[in-house]
Amino acid sequence: MITQRFLSNGFSPRIQLTLLLLVAVAILVPVLNLALPADNPFHVPTYLVALFGKYLCYALLALALDLVWGYCGILSLGHGAFFSLGGYAMGMYLMRQIGSRGVYANPILPDFMVFLNYRELPWFWLGFDHFWFAALMVMAVPGLLAFVFGWFAFRSRVTGVYLSIITQAMTYALLLAFFRNDMGFGGNNGLTDFKDIVGFPVQAQTTRATLFALSALALALGVVVTAAIVGSKYGKLMIAVRDAEPRTRFLGWRPENVKLFAFTVSAVMAGIAGALYVPQVGIINPGEFAPANSIEVVVWTAVGGRGTIIGPIIGALLVNGAKSWFTGALPELWLFALGGLFIFVTLFLPKGILGLYDQWTGHRRRIRKQEPAPLPGAEVQPAE
Amino acid sequence: MSKSGTILYLDGVSVAFDGFKAINNLSLVLDQGEMRAIIGPNGAGKTTMMDIITGKTRPNSGQVFFNGDVDLTKHDEADIATMGIGRKFQKPTVFESHTVEDNLVLALAGERSILSALFARRSSGESVRIDEILQTVRLTHRRDDLAADLSHGQKQWLEIGMLLAQDPKLLLVDEPVAGMTDAETEETARLLKDIARDHSVIVVEHDMHFVRELGVKVTCLHEGSVLSEGSLDHVSADPRVVEVYLGR
Repeated sequence: MITQRFLSNGFSPRIQLTLLLLVAVAILVPVLNLALPADNPFHVPTYLVALFGKYLCYALLALALDLVWGYCGILSLGHGAFFSLGGYAMGMYLMRQIGSRGVYANPILPDFMVFLNYRELPWFWLGFDHFWFAALMVMAVPGLLAFVFGWFAFRSRVTGVYLSIITQAMTYALLLAFFRNDMGFGGNNGLTDFKDIVGFPVQAQTTRATLFALSALALALGVVVTAAIVGSKYGKLMIAVRDAEPRTRFLGWRPENVKLFAFTVSAVMAGIAGALYVPQVGIINPGEFAPANSIEVVVWTAVGGRGTIIGPIIGALLVNGAKSWFTGALPELWLFALGGLFIFVTLFLPKGILGLYDQWTGHRRRIRKQEPAPLPGAEVQPAE
Repeated sequence: MSKSGTILYLDGVSVAFDGFKAINNLSLVLDQGEMRAIIGPNGAGKTTMMDIITGKTRPNSGQVFFNGDVDLTKHDEADIATMGIGRKFQKPTVFESHTVEDNLVLALAGERSILSALFARRSSGESVRIDEILQTVRLTHRRDDLAADLSHGQKQWLEIGMLLAQDPKLLLVDEPVAGMTDAETEETARLLKDIARDHSVIVVEHDMHFVRELGVKVTCLHEGSVLSEGSLDHVSADPRVVEVYLGR
């Protein structure tokens, strides 16, 4: 009943279309990859499945960032941290699935621990041999970090650029911590050489296709959750906090709680994205915590259009598609292109690609109706 | 002075910012149901006084009581707002990217927890209340327009509407007619007098014509304390008020 009430506001046609597309992609791409022979023109090669699966995880991460940035005004420059923590939780599960197939053939300890002379498994690795436990941690660890971080930051009324800086510091601190060998997470090599996931070989074509489908469905679920949150009265409150935080206080709301909820939900979404990402790329290392990664997520979101639900998805897919092409064709120019893109979008497309599209269609619609655009300031005065 | 029967009781309140005394031994008592106009030159401490009452600023010393027995210095903005003190800002502050109606929805009295907001559904009682308020502030025809598209005067009224939606016991209204036309000013005076019939109200205003229109007791602040208090005629005849505020 609660779900029903939550969803009762209904989704816009645009969201419905996005959901339909994602489900279609989740079914079609694996089918075209698995069922068609490699010489069929409609065959989707496995490397593309893995590549696009990765993009879908990025899209979910961008959507998570948009929930806090686009709708609640919290510019997090550390969302890569939540993504990476989710990834590490999944990586720990995958490491423990290797069992005695590692180089050192230790049935309990992963290779790097044998190499670093660990006698027994550190306490925080316990339980990660169970998938359900790892799945829980994928959500709980980023969620808890976001909750504790947000509890202190929002209660102390840290906002704007100061908040952005401490989120950046948070991910940088985690980067340094995870680089250390005695943290127990594989140091700078991270976690890799995965073999199985819930009994299926990670490298197998069917597993890759399944992970792709799961990523598309996770993104669809992310869209449903975000649209439901944004469409509720709480969603209106988020926008109110974004635009005039002190005003909400004098109406009796507590903006710190509004932000804390959004930040925590967003971190959980980012964690899930990271967990789906790791088995598809086959490795997680501390480099994922790099501040530059988190900033890239901001660029995707800005390019696609923040404060919209499908904008960040479009942005993540487009920018990463461009990155794959660019780093192949003109590798040394990619960072310049990315920086230039961000400046261009900030200056000329404040609402991103989606904003441009809406402006264009809105303009056409007005022309069709032969109706001039409303002029600011030309309001009807109230009857006296 | 006794606190019983008062809606607001300030006694010996002082606050200093970097050594500058914005409020200096201020005492002010507002009776239940009373409307009061506050005048005074810039820097007299009018806005700081409102900040103290609404919990934004903590006084260095003095007593601030609401409803006779609630010590406001021990509560924060959100608490004070839910207790029943509403505030309209000097610069109209509405949620520009929301519609007029949604602005009122967010202001409407009721549960203020995140969970209840997530699963909130508008009750028929709330819809009726919103219709009423829209009518009162004459914005029914703009209910689905973005607040950003309202004229300055309409934004002022929307903010007064949000105050009404909060259903406070005490309203603090900071310069409600700044930037309004004469006709709008008269209309606003009528609206406030209407509101004052079942609410306690403090109005800060520079527009003497408007203050006369309200026809209530006036307090003139200067350098953080009360300079003169009484009817408008009494206050504006006070030589000290003429000296610092009205000019000769």
